[in-house]
Amino acid sequence: MKYIDEYRDPEIACALVANISNRVTQPWVLMEICGGQTHTIMRYGLDELIPPQLELVHGPGCPVCVTPLEMIDKAIALASRSDVILVSYGDMLRVPGSRSDLFRAKAAGGDVRVVYSPMEAVKIAQANPERNVVFFAVGFETTAPANGMAAWQANQLGLTNFSMLVSHVLVPPAIRLLLRQPSNRVQGFIAPGHVCTVMGYKEYEELVEEFRVPIVVGGFEPLDLLEAVLMLVEQLEAGQAQMENQYVRSVARAGNVQAQEIMKTVFEICDRKWRGIGSIDASGLRLRPEFAAYDAERVFGIEETGAEEPGECISALVLQGLKKPHECTAFGTRCTPENPLGAPMVSAEGACAAYYRYRRHTVARQEAACPK
Amino acid sequence: MCLAIPGQILEVMGAAESRSARVDFGGIVRQVHLLFVPEAQVGDFVMVHVGFAISVVDAQEAERTYEVLQALELLDDEPKPAPSEMP
Repeated sequence: MKYIDEYRDPEIACALVANISNRVTQPWVLMEICGGQTHTIMRYGLDELIPPQLELVHGPGCPVCVTPLEMIDKAIALASRSDVILVSYGDMLRVPGSRSDLFRAKAAGGDVRVVYSPMEAVKIAQANPERNVVFFAVGFETTAPANGMAAWQANQLGLTNFSMLVSHVLVPPAIRLLLRQPSNRVQGFIAPGHVCTVMGYKEYEELVEEFRVPIVVGGFEPLDLLEAVLMLVEQLEAGQAQMENQYVRSVARAGNVQAQEIMKTVFEICDRKWRGIGSIDASGLRLRPEFAAYDAERVFGIEETGAEEPGECISALVLQGLKKPHECTAFGTRCTPENPLGAPMVSAEGACAAYYRYRRHTVARQEAACPK
Repeated sequence: MCLAIPGQILEVMGAAESRSARVDFGGIVRQVHLLFVPEAQVGDFVMVHVGFAISVVDAQEAERTYEVLQALELLDDEPKPAPSEMP
């Protein structure tokens, strides 16, 4: 497919790796923010191709992983009501809540439906006027305009049986939090290409300015990521901290203005709790008062649960780039994609799932090898 | 979840909020909302996320930057491993 296949060219990848190797003179720690980028890195073994002085740590950019436990519990509570059809993206179904998950709620008779697009949830509401349709609206800035359109469309159609359980998060506040921590080791960031397709990268320019850290907007194919690594290494080795854009074929500095308009019309910024990380100021989106009629938490008056994470799961440290997935004692044994302890083992963007899918045999071999 | 896939617009339907397109993703054709990319026309490649086009691929920029990448390969005098030898 055009714009995919050519960005997987192995010869150009080798040339990029050679260029990176020529530039590196000392160790650097880089973070790719988006879980989709983490999966490309693991799938193509990019972390093993680049020089060993470069360490790639994996960021919090996995919406399924950071959706708070309480929200999963609320979705399960809604799905268990006989008058509700709970509509969700497929990724959310196996994410563990405090006692159960949506998959089990469905097995127990709950009407849980998986959609590819939020507009399908609106159609389900139109087709089922006697039932309440609740759309579980999660995601980063990439998904917010589309999810916002669902509320906007429901309003246009005058639907009274449609609402959304909103748990939207924003990337820059999380990066700011990581950079402020004394334990931070990250010296350069690959910014999430599709979040920036919507938002542009002015907010990331502020981070570059504030923390003197280089940031490069990166795409999702192997050549995109290797080029982004090269751009970061060139800056770091030259002692620079600048904003650069590798993913120019999709990202403009101002982003997608139309998509941002819909976001602003439907949502407003709020504080948001991130699973494994805690509450971050001004890091989420909620429905504006004008759209309160579509807020499932108001419509159904769902109670807060005092839910707690399983003790063994280290997803908090994984999501902040402080630990690698295979350093968890439960990795691949008590925690697998079929029976996850934490969300990063579930999602197609979770770092634990990426290591489990592409690395569990190598990791096991390395651990079994004799000490040198 | 932030996955977006490039596809080519085959046909445009509707107007304003309901403007949509049939988009070809390497042989699979799906209906895509064009609300966020009013400039998109037949033949354009769009990046598609949860049923919405979020950008029109900048063909000129893509070509220009890809040429830079290809030039990198030509400049690279290191002996290159064959693709089959890559890990």
